[in-house]
Parts: sequence; C-alpha cells; structure tokens
Amino acid sequence: MKPRRYDGLLLIAALLVCWQIVYLRVGADVVSSPADTIRRATTLLLTRNFWTDAASTGVAFAYACLIGIAGGMVLGLVLGLSRFAADVADPILGSVYSIPKITLYPIILLLFGLSPAAKIAFGVIHGIFPVAISTMNAVRNVAPVYRRTAEALRLSPSHTIMKVLAPAALPEIFAGVRIGIAVTLLGILIAELFASSSGIGYALIRATEIHNVVDTFALTLLLFLFAVAINALLQFAERRIRHQT
Amino acid sequence: MRGLRLSKVGLTRVAVVGGAVAALEILCRSGVIPRATMIPPIEMVAAMWQILRSGRANSDIAFTVVNLFAAVVLSVVVGFGLGAVLHALPRARRVSEPLLSAYYAVPVFIFYPLLIVAFGVGRTALIVMGATFGVVAMVVNTMTGLDRVPKAITRTAAVMRLDPVRRLLLLRLPAASPHLMTGVKLAVAYSVIGIVAGEFILATAGIGKRIAFGYQDFDNRMMYGMLLLLLVLVVAVNGALSYWEKRLHQRFGLQ
Repeated sequence: MKPRRYDGLLLIAALLVCWQIVYLRVGADVVSSPADTIRRATTLLLTRNFWTDAASTGVAFAYACLIGIAGGMVLGLVLGLSRFAADVADPILGSVYSIPKITLYPIILLLFGLSPAAKIAFGVIHGIFPVAISTMNAVRNVAPVYRRTAEALRLSPSHTIMKVLAPAALPEIFAGVRIGIAVTLLGILIAELFASSSGIGYALIRATEIHNVVDTFALTLLLFLFAVAINALLQFAERRIRHQT
Repeated sequence: MRGLRLSKVGLTRVAVVGGAVAALEILCRSGVIPRATMIPPIEMVAAMWQILRSGRANSDIAFTVVNLFAAVVLSVVVGFGLGAVLHALPRARRVSEPLLSAYYAVPVFIFYPLLIVAFGVGRTALIVMGATFGVVAMVVNTMTGLDRVPKAITRTAAVMRLDPVRRLLLLRLPAASPHLMTGVKLAVAYSVIGIVAGEFILATAGIGKRIAFGYQDFDNRMMYGMLLLLLVLVVAVNGALSYWEKRLHQRFGLQ
C-alpha cells in the first residue's frame, strides 16, 4: 500500500523532468518552461476572462454530457432489450462510433451556425455512441438467469428494468459513461478550437495564433489538469459501483 | 436456420440505413434542409464520383492515405513495444496508469502547432500527430491482451518447457491477439482523427484540407464529396478490422 502514495508524485516528477529537458533543448519560443507555465497558469486563474471562458466551456460540457448520456442510455436500453434490434444496430453503431467526428464539424456548423448549440451538438455526437454501445452490450450481457427470474416473478417490464437489469448492467454502463464524458469534453474542445467565439478552446487557439507560447502552455496545462481530475473522479465512482454490485 | 437469421438481420440493417438515407434525400430535396446546409445524398455520391473520375483530388487522397498508414504503423509498433515493456514492469505501469487512462480525455492535438514549429508544415508533423493519437490505444490494449493470457496457457508453456521466444510466438501472442487487434483498430480510428484534425487546422494537402477548403469557399459539392469519400474509406477499413477482430475473438477469445 505504501509505495502507492508516491506513484502520483513519481509520474508528475517524470513528466516535469521530460518537459524541462525538451524546454532546454528547443528553447522558449517553442516550449515554455514548467516554472513559467505554472506561474502563468496560477495568474490566469485569477483573471476574469479565464473564468468567463471556463464558464462557457463548462456549461456547454454539462449540457452535452446530460444529453449524450441520457440519449445514449435510452438508445442502448431500447436496442439491448431485443436481441434482434441489437444484432441489427451493433455494426451500425460501431461504424458511426468509428467515424472521425471531426469531419462532421463543418456540417454541424452549417446546421447550427456559430453558436453554443453547435458546440453542444458536437459534444453530444461524440458522447452518445460509447454510452449507447456499452448500455446495449451491458443489457445484452445480463445473465439469462436474472431475466428468467424476473419472468418467473412476473415483474412488469418497468420493474424488470429498474430492479433487475439496471443494477446488473450498471458497472458496464458506467464504463461507457466514463468514456462518453471524456470524448464529450474532447468534442467540446475540438469545436472551440476550430470555430467558436468563446470558451477555453477558443482562448487556446487565439493564444496559439498570436504565438503566445506561455499562454498556450498554461491553458493546455489547466485543461489537462481538469481532464485528469474529472477522470479520477469518474474512476473513483466506477470503483464504488463495481464494489456495490 | 442460422443463415436465415443472419440474412434477416442483414436485410433489416440495410433497410434501416437505406431508410435513413432516403429520409435525408427527401428532406434535402423538399428544401426542409436548405441546399446551403446539405446537398442531397445522391448528389454527394455524384460529387464523390466526379472528384474521383476527374482525378483532381488524387494527390490529396494519396497524401492522407500514406500519412495515415505511416502513423498507424508507427503507433502500432511503438505502442506494442511500450505496452509490452509496461506489462513487464508493474511498478512503472501503476505509475503511468493515470496518464494512460486520462490520455484521451485531453485534446492531444493542442500540440499540433508545436509539431509544426518542430517539423514544419508537411507530412512529418501530421504523421507524428496521428501516431501521438493512436499510440496509447495500442499501449493499453497490448497490456490488456497480455493480462488476459490465461494462467493455464502460461502453465502449459512451462510444462512444455518452451523457450521465451516460442512462448511468445506460439502462445502469448495468439492468446493476446484479439486485444491486439482491438488496439490496431483503435489506433487507426485515433490516427484518422489526429491526421484529419491536423489537415483541418494547417496543412499543405490532404482530404481534410479539401473538406475545410470546401467549407470556407461554400463549395458544398467538394466538401460533401470529399467528406463522403473519407467516411467510406474509414468505415471500410474499420469494418475489415472489426471482422478480423471478431474472428480472432472467436478463435482465441475466452468466451
């Protein structure tokens, strides 16, 4: 148990050392040093502009997660309950999931215009498929004994879903939700990087365009930390769920 | 019986996809979706065909395909190597675990501008970007694959006194192959994202660049034609790899 505590520190130290070496080799006009970046990141956290951008990204992220997870679960549940529907949908969902969504952003922009809605829609098309696929597979993989027991007990369909299928399928569904949330964030940020008028991604691409290396690195660092924090939280939740069931 | 069920599933699948495309066609033709937003699917196919026949995008297509291939080879080779090394070193693996699992939650191509500074605008930056995207999927799946090698197989190898090389080639790699294939499939999918995203932002050529140009110039035929071409390409490659993956799972998988 003991060395585990130092694992995180070790990783951070290794990354910082690599970063510093790259910085020393290529120089400050390409890479900003770890110390400068961290200093800039802390000052950014005190500015109003940063929080306006963060709020814009955060709101879009929250909406996209809600829509993507809810939509994906409903879709996956409906398809997973019928073997036939699941067999029909499986390769279709897989193909759609494997499409690089980035190619679809011009279409989304043409549909929604340069608005927060475009950002959210782009996040949703990233997140909805992993959730749908994992929900579908989770429901499909529920041991037949559970279903038969539910039938023998003459549970109503809604009871079967709420009391039997959902708890049994939850761990696998949550694994999909975790991926879904991660790719939703990716989608939102891609959208902001390419074309938008607000958000952290927008601030980042602006900084890159005017070759403000320190800001670029500081914003990337903050985004990275945010993503890591969210991921850690979700992993923690996933472990809790796995232990419970 | 099995053939019948399969064909019924297949037919329904064709009907679902066909119905969706037909609905899109009707929506576009009737003007519910304006032409400036989307051209009807039949015209997309015509536009793609025209682009292919005229050959005016051939160099862009070749550019992207070659880059993609290079990026995938790079991510698979490096990813497998790293995965195998991390699998052999549990401590290093545990330390790097949070980084690997958070990797795809971070928009990696933020670093694309930096790659341009380092390698210039051109192939190299795009290939490195694609490989950067794909490599971690391969690392993770290599480790999963090696994890899933059943104890019985390792023990059998010990009983048969196989040397390490044979152990690897005859037992561990086949046993891990379904997951390795998953890794390759994902590496392709991620490399596509990295490369196309790179082409969108800044590149000298490529399918992504053509699409972005089409969007900026309101040249919907070019945009949708190239988009369709890219999607067909990706879906075909992914379909082939998924089929192969499934075969491997049936042959070597546990369930």
